[in-house]
Amino acid sequence: MATFHQHGDGPAASRALRLASFDPAAFEVPTGREEEWRFTPVAQLSGLFDPSGLVSDAAVTVDQAGGATIAVVPKDHPSVGTTPAPGDKVAAAAWQAAGQAFLVTFDGEAPSGEAGVTRLTARGGPAGQEAAPSAGLIVIEAKPGARGTVVIDHVGPAYRAGTMEIVLGEGADLTVVTLHQWAPDAVHVTSHRARLAKDAHLKHVTISTGGALVRITPHVALEGPGANLELLGLNLTDTGQHHEAQLFVDHAAPNCTSRATYKGALLGEGAHSVWIGDVLIRGGAHGTDTYELNRNLVLTKGAQADSVPNLEIETGNIQGAGHASATGRFDDEQLFYLQSRGIPEAEARSLVVHAFFAELIGRIGQPAVEAKLIELVDAKLAARTGAATTEMGA
Amino acid sequence: MSTLEIKDLHVSVDTPEGEKAILKGVDLVIRSGETHAIMGPNGSGKSTLAYSLAGHPKYVVTGGTVTLDGADVLAMTVDERARAGLFLAMQYPVEVPGVTVANFLRTAKTAIAGEAPPLRAWIKEVGSAMDLLRFDRDFQERSVNEGFSGGEKKRHEILQLELLRPAIAILDETDSGLDVDALRIVSEGVNRVKAATGLGVMLITHYTRILNYIHPDFVHVFVGGRVAEQGGPELAERLEAEGYDRFISA
Repeated sequence: MATFHQHGDGPAASRALRLASFDPAAFEVPTGREEEWRFTPVAQLSGLFDPSGLVSDAAVTVDQAGGATIAVVPKDHPSVGTTPAPGDKVAAAAWQAAGQAFLVTFDGEAPSGEAGVTRLTARGGPAGQEAAPSAGLIVIEAKPGARGTVVIDHVGPAYRAGTMEIVLGEGADLTVVTLHQWAPDAVHVTSHRARLAKDAHLKHVTISTGGALVRITPHVALEGPGANLELLGLNLTDTGQHHEAQLFVDHAAPNCTSRATYKGALLGEGAHSVWIGDVLIRGGAHGTDTYELNRNLVLTKGAQADSVPNLEIETGNIQGAGHASATGRFDDEQLFYLQSRGIPEAEARSLVVHAFFAELIGRIGQPAVEAKLIELVDAKLAARTGAATTEMGA
Repeated sequence: MSTLEIKDLHVSVDTPEGEKAILKGVDLVIRSGETHAIMGPNGSGKSTLAYSLAGHPKYVVTGGTVTLDGADVLAMTVDERARAGLFLAMQYPVEVPGVTVANFLRTAKTAIAGEAPPLRAWIKEVGSAMDLLRFDRDFQERSVNEGFSGGEKKRHEILQLELLRPAIAILDETDSGLDVDALRIVSEGVNRVKAATGLGVMLITHYTRILNYIHPDFVHVFVGGRVAEQGGPELAERLEAEGYDRFISA
């Protein structure tokens, strides 16, 4: 017996039954009416459906190896291709088009502090061809008992379908932070697929501030008992940008814990954010404890935040399962109130946005990333204030 | 010494039926140390006067002048008015989710003073002001006005009045919705600031009850968007006995 709890008007089909395949031909070309594409401007992705049109390039540079061993390996390497199958056509095309994998391996304990952090920069493709249709595959593996942290910064132009595989052995503890700062025209659709063995802990952080269209679909299979997953997401979505996160947390083993917290601020005409949170608690996943939350803050008129939590429970024997979703507006009355206490408009906006993100940023646990994020938020707000001043002056 | 001078102020609001005149020639002068009660029936334009002085965008000034020590208040933005020394204690304070009281107060004080207050002295000042207004210390960690009771909202407005130390305060129906204990706490707060800083007060109220706690020097009866009659405290006593009917039918 399954109980299915869904918000929104999509078809009520179990997430467990949705098509997954490594073969892009198994998927129809998306029209935008499909459940997994219904909020996405699919017309902008037409060049990413056919793997033969995608250039394969790792396009990753190592800024600091930290505690990891790094290598480019063939796709038939035993560490590659072990996570769940792609769940949509672009993800399958990204997989098929990729000719090799950029493999990051943690075995043992990474040095503590900043020196132990593995820092990578990912680009849209080989130098000079960053905006050409491309595919890339990154695999991050933490061997049993290993500990490590990876921070990947995505920058520059891109028209890219990506795959990130994340594999945690028994008792491994891994933090993966991806910053999607991309150039303004960039399009990046990336499938993050992870599996966690017994007592493994994954902190997965996605930050989207750049690009024209960034779509991240984290799929995490909790396969070993006692595994613990923390998903954190932040998006700062400006005029004309589309930032999307569709997550699928698959509780397949007993006594696992998952916490998903995604927050987005929207601050411009046509800014669009999408959050879909699918959580499946399978029949055998007794003792599951899960909670997912999405909060959006709409700062200006003409911005839209879509938020759809889905919780599917196939066993009554769980610790807890919940979700919350809310979208608030920073409105003229709030602005008036803060200004009436002497606080200038730009500072009032900044006060509200920083307060909105403060707790989430504090949970990332990477001081350098946290500082950079605060900087990014400030820069974005300052740019908007400048734009507003220009509009008023014009 | 500060002087707020309102001359022949006309204010309209946009309504679905077109522009509607609310204030029709208000004249009023408020100096430091003075307390002016603005009394009148519902719909007479009292709150419009308060929000217009603070610069709420909903209200359009169509005529007249407002100056604070000679400076043109109507030419200032909302935040500039506050920094110039005006304070509006609102009838319906606005919720600002996520922004804590502590953060809000410090940010406002910094904006108005032009520099961040020395941390240790500020913590002490906030703490003692909160004690006097009967707040628990953990109140500082709550989001501004979110989930506050009616009494907490009004006491929080007066807390800001104590800490921001304006020259002229406009209290818009600060007494509405308060029980007798809360009314006393709030009134004591206003009187404390008056004694300490020589605050000038425009006290907008429908009822005479708060005037038992905050004693006005002048009473203005506000009807139909202008001052219909003015006098000393004895005018409030007459209103208490006779009501507003005399002015409305006139």
